[in-house]
Amino acid sequence: MAQASIKAKQTQQDATWKVRLQEWWFRNRALIGFAFIFPWFAGFIIFDALPFIYNLYLSFTDYQIGTVGVPPWIGLENYVEIFTEDKFFGKSMYNTVYYLGFSVPLRLIFAFLIALILNLRVRGMELYRTLFYVPSVVPLVAATVIFAGFLNTRYGFLNQFLVLIGAMPVRWLSSPDAIKPSLILISLWGFGGQMIIFLAGLQSIPDDLYEAAAIDGGTGWHRLVYITVPLMTPTIFFNLLLGLIGGFQIFEQVFILIGTNGGPLQAGLVYMLHVYNKAFRDFEFGYSAALSVILFLIIFVLTLLLVYTSNRWVFYGDAQDDGT
Amino acid sequence: MIEDPRAKMVRYIIIYTVLTVGAIVMMVPLLWTVSTSLKTRDKITIRRLELIPDPVAWENYPYLFEARPILQYTRNTMVIVVASLFGAWAPCTLAGYAFARIPFPGRNIFFGILLATMMLPYVVRLIPLFLFFDEIGWTRTFGPLILPRVLGHNAFYIFLYRQFFRGIPEDIYDSARIDGCSEFGVWWRIFMPMSRPVLAAVSIFAFSFAWNDFLNPLIYLGSNKELWTLALGLNALQGFEGEDNSLNLIMVFSMLMIIPMLIVFYFGQKHLISGVTAQGSLKG
Repeated sequence: MAQASIKAKQTQQDATWKVRLQEWWFRNRALIGFAFIFPWFAGFIIFDALPFIYNLYLSFTDYQIGTVGVPPWIGLENYVEIFTEDKFFGKSMYNTVYYLGFSVPLRLIFAFLIALILNLRVRGMELYRTLFYVPSVVPLVAATVIFAGFLNTRYGFLNQFLVLIGAMPVRWLSSPDAIKPSLILISLWGFGGQMIIFLAGLQSIPDDLYEAAAIDGGTGWHRLVYITVPLMTPTIFFNLLLGLIGGFQIFEQVFILIGTNGGPLQAGLVYMLHVYNKAFRDFEFGYSAALSVILFLIIFVLTLLLVYTSNRWVFYGDAQDDGT
Repeated sequence: MIEDPRAKMVRYIIIYTVLTVGAIVMMVPLLWTVSTSLKTRDKITIRRLELIPDPVAWENYPYLFEARPILQYTRNTMVIVVASLFGAWAPCTLAGYAFARIPFPGRNIFFGILLATMMLPYVVRLIPLFLFFDEIGWTRTFGPLILPRVLGHNAFYIFLYRQFFRGIPEDIYDSARIDGCSEFGVWWRIFMPMSRPVLAAVSIFAFSFAWNDFLNPLIYLGSNKELWTLALGLNALQGFEGEDNSLNLIMVFSMLMIIPMLIVFYFGQKHLISGVTAQGSLKG
């Protein structure tokens, strides 16, 4: 009897203790929220915010390999030199924009058209989806060395194939005229990632819209122009924005294919390669930081412009529920 | 809709022709890779198209393991992969959960910062980070590659988790809380088990980003051969035009990098889209 009552008291105490703890948890939810985001936030300060600010600062200094202590402040000198004396600045910017100007739209168009076809309900589509997607699963380094061989002047597949059908072989990676088209070709091979995003978007378009159009006598073309494309504009916008941001930072492919000097006549010297060379070949960190700030500003302004003009062509009406 | 059977036939023929030609064009570089990886050394320098290797040189595969420290490269790469997966699971899911479900002051501001960092190009952080890690003596070690990953420094993963968690009905959360589950308990007992699609999707990304990373290993480990990853090893094996006599081994190495990716994507593909679009499995 006595034992039982002690035990009951014990559980009661346990219960109140538990309730108190729960109340404490509930009152301090904000604290828990902060605790949960703390690792990310610490990372943000160490790996994003401070480096970003320090990079800006570096760009106004003459920080080089031998610099000891506080790097000497030189104001806008790095920027002046970039715009007036650096012959590789214009060259590398031109190469990058050339690459972007073709690869981004072409990849979007291919990805969209193939996604449209793969979205048709006909037999065997799963297999085709896989075949089109697999190349974009190939690691970038592997894809690049594969193309280094594939485009090899003498032993590569492409030239041997051209010879077989009686065409002229091309020096894909060693002639200044062919380097940029080769880079664009390689980027096109990886359109599968965008294609999958388009496919997911296409599959979320409700069927009743198409049925309504069919009842109103709309043709396939009408369906494409008045339903599919407008409803896909948010996805197109997303892929375009990410494609541009990524395209400006193209680096690995060029580094592996033609090395740091950018190939003959620097035809393959892209902007990131120039930044890399200034920092890790010439050890002119201040100058390289200034180059990177310019690239950041270009990407930043372009993103703002795109977002700002997006309400003219991106269709956000009939907004989907946010999942709640 | 009734369609003229002949028109339908023509339509099908066009669709399958376009798809088949397209698929062949897409697969040719890979088929050529497989074929070249199985060619003998004197066959790779023949200047004539030969798709089927004759003889088939299976010995190229074991030979590469002798010629290059493949196992060491793999082990080094796995160190980065494991760090990446750990970060993608623990800190990132917690942060995503906080952004989705725990109201705390300034949450929207923090989330805005998170979105902004997704747009921040790596190039404006590259040099200061290098100088910082150099200062503390971490260059030529795994430190710079592991620390950001272990902390879950990836806004994209957190964003995906947050979107997915917001899709989990509020009632489930409320009833768990009423039943006396702590925030941590809700996250661990309810959100994690329900979140397999997004966990799978993020894990695939974490694996493939770590497996494919080239620039960071190049900058931090490039001068320390002991710690080279597969990507660095493959790049080193690859010579420029004129040194073509190891083309078959380069393709063997490429296959070694591709096959694990194919396996990961094969097992994860069904989660990839449902995990990323944040709807699907939980709606029904």
